[in-house]
Amino acid sequence: MADEAKSGGGLEFHPMDQFIVKPLFGEAGDAVHWYTVTNVTLWLALAILAVIGLLVLTTSKRAVVPSRGQSIAEMAYGFVYKMVEDVTGKDGLRYFPYIMTLFMFILCANFLGLIPMSFTTTSHIAVTAIMGFGVFFAVTILGFVKNGASFLSLFWVSSAPLPLRPILAVIEIISYFVRPVSHSIRLAGNMMAGHAVLKVFAGFAQVTAVAPVAILGVVAIYGLEVLVSAIQAYVFTILTCVYLKDALHPHH
Amino acid sequence: MATETTSAAEASAPGMPQLDVTTFGNQIFWLLLALVAIYFVLSRVALPRIAAILAERQGTITNDIAAAEDLKAKAEEAEAAYDKALADARAEAQRISAETKATIQADLDVAIAKADAEIAAKAAESEKAIAEIRAGAMEAVTEVAKNTAQEIVAVLGGKADAKSITSAVTARMKG
Amino acid sequence: MEGDIAQMGQFIGAGLAAIGSGAAAIGVGHVAGNFLAGALRNPSAAAGQTATLFIGIAFAEALGIFAFLVALLLMFAV
Repeated sequence: MADEAKSGGGLEFHPMDQFIVKPLFGEAGDAVHWYTVTNVTLWLALAILAVIGLLVLTTSKRAVVPSRGQSIAEMAYGFVYKMVEDVTGKDGLRYFPYIMTLFMFILCANFLGLIPMSFTTTSHIAVTAIMGFGVFFAVTILGFVKNGASFLSLFWVSSAPLPLRPILAVIEIISYFVRPVSHSIRLAGNMMAGHAVLKVFAGFAQVTAVAPVAILGVVAIYGLEVLVSAIQAYVFTILTCVYLKDALHPHH
Repeated sequence: MATETTSAAEASAPGMPQLDVTTFGNQIFWLLLALVAIYFVLSRVALPRIAAILAERQGTITNDIAAAEDLKAKAEEAEAAYDKALADARAEAQRISAETKATIQADLDVAIAKADAEIAAKAAESEKAIAEIRAGAMEAVTEVAKNTAQEIVAVLGGKADAKSITSAVTARMKG
Repeated sequence: MEGDIAQMGQFIGAGLAAIGSGAAAIGVGHVAGNFLAGALRNPSAAAGQTATLFIGIAFAEALGIFAFLVALLLMFAV
């Protein structure tokens, strides 16, 4: 708080305030227990409703000639289905519902977070880390269940010269364990950075002289954020597919 | 600043809310709930339904294409049949036309012959009638001439016998 | 607050760490530019490689996000 006051000189920047988790009912200072209904709950519930609205309500007519909403649902389905099939192959299609769940959740949460005054659930490391580490553990366990010990050949690059292989193995192992970290922090960092930048630009709009430029900047960054929201959902999903492919077919 | 993280639970603190460990339990709990809910909605309702819709559309498209092929074949068949019928009809028409022409020609010939015969008969009859009339007329003229000559002779005071008058008139008329 | 040399160090460190974001930007631009160059040379093969493009961009970007994270940690969490 102190550094805001010092750097401010009249300007008020609170770029991080939008990420505060607070109870939905009751005082702002109330303790947040694991069961407390918070703004996280609200926006997660809205994300569920958005998914239901996008995929269930639009397809309720089961029309052969699709309506506009049904086309969106079919496009989302076809997009993820094709992605899973292309990256992991036919045997990866068993895990399609899980990947579709991740994709639709992240997409809806990202887009809902772009609504002004909203709360971006995917900007929280706790949320993305659960998904990232969830994918990591699921994929690792799956790899060992499917391939047994030969799953470890993922780290033994048989195409490299023999003296290099131990070194490469160390690098591969490190990169394997960095995966969930980068996987989750990429999403959270992108969302957090984008929203913080929006807030900073909005803060500049308090100064009359630069307000038009600041508002133009907000518009431009907002457009970029719409793009980033979709791309990050896509990237998270396709990386999940890539990791899944490594678990199903560990041999290079 | 450095010590502020520990008191980040104060909601208004400008630290990073993402690193406020006290809210992690809450977020994780609700996130897991949300993910499970979405998973069940998708795997039980949405995905089977969309898959069914897509399969149904695929089936419909395949059926429609097959039906279209069928109809196209039928149309081609119908066109061939139509062409054949057209050619048949044309030949038939030609045949009928030739036949009719021949019949008409024959009828015409007969009619013309008959008409010619009739005309010839009529002409002969007429000639005969004309000849009769002419003969009748000549006789009448002779009679008139005889009578006139007799009267004239009687008026002049002469007494002429019929025989000489007749021969005289006949001689005159021949001259 | 005044004369707090530790805080000054924090801010300087955070600013230095933020340079990493720029480096990641170079990396992302390199990936995208090379993809575009290759795609223009062989447009028919480009469509199948967009997934690879995004994966490459994501990997390049992740390291920039790490730098950004270090900056944030220095600013707020240390």
